[in-house]
Amino acid sequence: MKHLEEFRQVVNQSFGYARQLKKDSGKKIVGYVCSYTPEEVILAAGAHPLRILGTKETIHLADSHLQSYCCSLVRGILEEGLSGRVDFLDGMVFPHTCDSVQRLSDIWRMNIPFGFHLDLILPVKLDTLSAQHYMVDVLQKFRTDLGRALQVDITDEALKKAIRTTNAIRQSIRAIYELRSRNPRLMTGTDLYTLVRASMIMDRDRLNILLAETVAELKVKADREKEDTSLKRIILAGGICNHPDIYPMIENAGGAVVWDDFCTGARYFTELIDEGAEPIARIAGRLINRVVCPAKHIDLDGRARHIIRLVKEKNARGVIFLLLKFCDPHAFDYPDIKKSMDEAGIPVMLLEIDDPIPAEGQLKTRFEAFLEML
Amino acid sequence: MSDIKLELDKRKTKLEKKMQNIMAGYYIDAKMARQNNKKVAWITSGGPVEPLLAMDVIAVYPENHGAMIGASKMGVDLCEKAEAMGYSSDLCSYARADIACCTVNGGPIGGLPEPDMLVCCNNICGSVMKWYEVQARHFKVPLFIYDTPVCHTDYTPEMKRYVEAQTREYFQFLEHETGRKMDIDRLKEIGKNSVEGAQLWQETLDTTMSRPSPMTAFDAFFHLALIVTLRGTPQTLEYYRELRDLMKERSQAGIGAVPKETYRLLWDNLPIWHRMKWLSDKFAEHGACLVADTYTSAWCGIKRELNRDDVIASAAEGYTYSYLNLGTDKMAELVLTMVDKYQVDGIVMHSNRSCRPYSFGQYDLQKIVEREKGIPSLMIEADMVDDRSFSESQVATRIEAFIEMLRQRKGA
Ligand code: SF4
Ligand code: SF4
Ligand code: SF4
Repeated sequence: MKHLEEFRQVVNQSFGYARQLKKDSGKKIVGYVCSYTPEEVILAAGAHPLRILGTKETIHLADSHLQSYCCSLVRGILEEGLSGRVDFLDGMVFPHTCDSVQRLSDIWRMNIPFGFHLDLILPVKLDTLSAQHYMVDVLQKFRTDLGRALQVDITDEALKKAIRTTNAIRQSIRAIYELRSRNPRLMTGTDLYTLVRASMIMDRDRLNILLAETVAELKVKADREKEDTSLKRIILAGGICNHPDIYPMIENAGGAVVWDDFCTGARYFTELIDEGAEPIARIAGRLINRVVCPAKHIDLDGRARHIIRLVKEKNARGVIFLLLKFCDPHAFDYPDIKKSMDEAGIPVMLLEIDDPIPAEGQLKTRFEAFLEML
Repeated sequence: MSDIKLELDKRKTKLEKKMQNIMAGYYIDAKMARQNNKKVAWITSGGPVEPLLAMDVIAVYPENHGAMIGASKMGVDLCEKAEAMGYSSDLCSYARADIACCTVNGGPIGGLPEPDMLVCCNNICGSVMKWYEVQARHFKVPLFIYDTPVCHTDYTPEMKRYVEAQTREYFQFLEHETGRKMDIDRLKEIGKNSVEGAQLWQETLDTTMSRPSPMTAFDAFFHLALIVTLRGTPQTLEYYRELRDLMKERSQAGIGAVPKETYRLLWDNLPIWHRMKWLSDKFAEHGACLVADTYTSAWCGIKRELNRDDVIASAAEGYTYSYLNLGTDKMAELVLTMVDKYQVDGIVMHSNRSCRPYSFGQYDLQKIVEREKGIPSLMIEADMVDDRSFSESQVATRIEAFIEMLRQRKGA
């Protein structure tokens, strides 16, 4: 893959990249914490959205604000803030999701001196008309708040343009997922992770070009290469995956991850935004219709049905759930989803992960045992 | 003096009995609901219960049940059952205990009566929504979610519109489930009683402003049950009137809850239900009286707004602008007010593994209180129901060290 090196560099040096981007382009950098943040509004403000996803550094500063029973994502985000490593941020956006992010927002607001702080208090239920109206209302408010913080007028035209950009990005990533789902040998899981992770960091216009070229390149390759039918096709499910190391472990054990249900993965691109009038309402529409995260409510069994549908559609043999320790929304959903999987005859493996993830040897054995069973 | 004390102590014991009887009667009624052609709703502790009462629906509180499970030390067994069902041991132990209890009808009262509907208000946490989803799948009954956006800094006009719309939807939901019309006048009457109950409760808690304090937070944890489960009923008003008067008399007679009250402390977070007596004795032993707490006072604040004539608007605001649904700094402001009001020498914080929205932010709260009021705090790591990781010796040592520090400060 031609652009892989560029994606890699962006991911390895995400903050360095963002600092440089700020310097070169003069763009304001707006950090955010959850995939329910409407990137389009940030883009339409002429700013650059940067998703902050935990930390690779050791945590010591966040420990004096958060107890040990907090998920590593929230601790990591706070650590990045307290350490000043993200002090180039012009502001930070906290959409309402889980209880931990709710308090993270408060603690950030009370302790981090740099940048503006915006809460985006989204509805928690999505299945009623009043919640849908509130979604539009609160996105309008976000548009006003962000415009004020950045001292720009966020126009409908700019929003429409941003929607075209993110739609194109989503379509490309989806195309790559689909090509790779047909033939997992086209690119490794780690490379796919790198590409998706880069898409939350990189300048979106540049990203758009690179992704389109990557799709074209992979299409050519897909036509040339024969599909490998010996691989055991797996779907990964959970919240966020920030652990690229697990892909080679699964691959070395004879498996191939052919799809996922992560908000840092397929949940990000599953739904496009209508490109018509009233762009805010269209953005709201996507947030309501996209594959739901367990921190939100749309129905009682939609997630189980979605994962079962994916297994069938992608012709997968099993599902591996990666659940972050201390993540309540996902942990509450798991037992009933597992029950539905059992009823549908789909083998499931659960891996509870914390930072750092368990030793490689231990994980490898577990993956091998699971894959062997399939 | 000792005669008065004897008499007042007797009355206190009698009241405690009365409470137990009221609660027993309430649970018997709830369990008989089916026979009596009444519907049962499960509702979260901070949820809008008045509309249920107005519709003659029996309201049952899984969280209160969770507290009973904790207090009767049946928590570990049920939590382990939930874990065997696949629920992580890091989840809220009320939820774990309740989810397991439904499958075995265990616990101190043999399980709760089955619900006909579920009403979940997320003004306390997001966990309740996940928990009620589990129960909605289990019992196959309708779930109404009353979604109260977090007021990190404000209650905005957007929120107001949303929550008021939901209040109307809630009425429609109940009308649909019960097949009768909401009687707004009756609802207002119940709302008035709720406000009065909260007022009486506040007055009761305020008797601890006197020195020595006539009651402790442990008493408050015990007497709280009615304001949670039966607020809005005349019985509750009568009970709290009696309790308030009793505490007033105790304070007038100079009878303290703790012998030789030397230190006045404030409790933060939920009670540690499985160690109530033990903790109460531990603190009393050192002349430390827990004169106030952030938990039981949360039921005073919510109701302030319910008083207004516009039921829908006032309910919406009252239920949204509630303690755990505020920003950490707002919560800290309330704590600072309490420190002054009850003349507190120190804070005891229960860092509660079960409850993230209550516990995260406590370290910041601790720093704010130390900075603004110059008073120290003690952090106790525990869980309200699940006592597997609770170490009496460790906690005792920490309490002793804390008291020693308070002693030195007082001396200085
Ligand atoms: S898992 Fe859900 S709440 Fe967590 S970051 Fe992803 S979308 Fe947001
Ligand atoms: S949804 Fe889970 S993983 Fe995401 S921030 Fe909340 S607790 Fe952490
Ligand atoms: S204890 Fe905390 S997490 Fe559990 S139901 Fe109550 S508020 Fe929610």
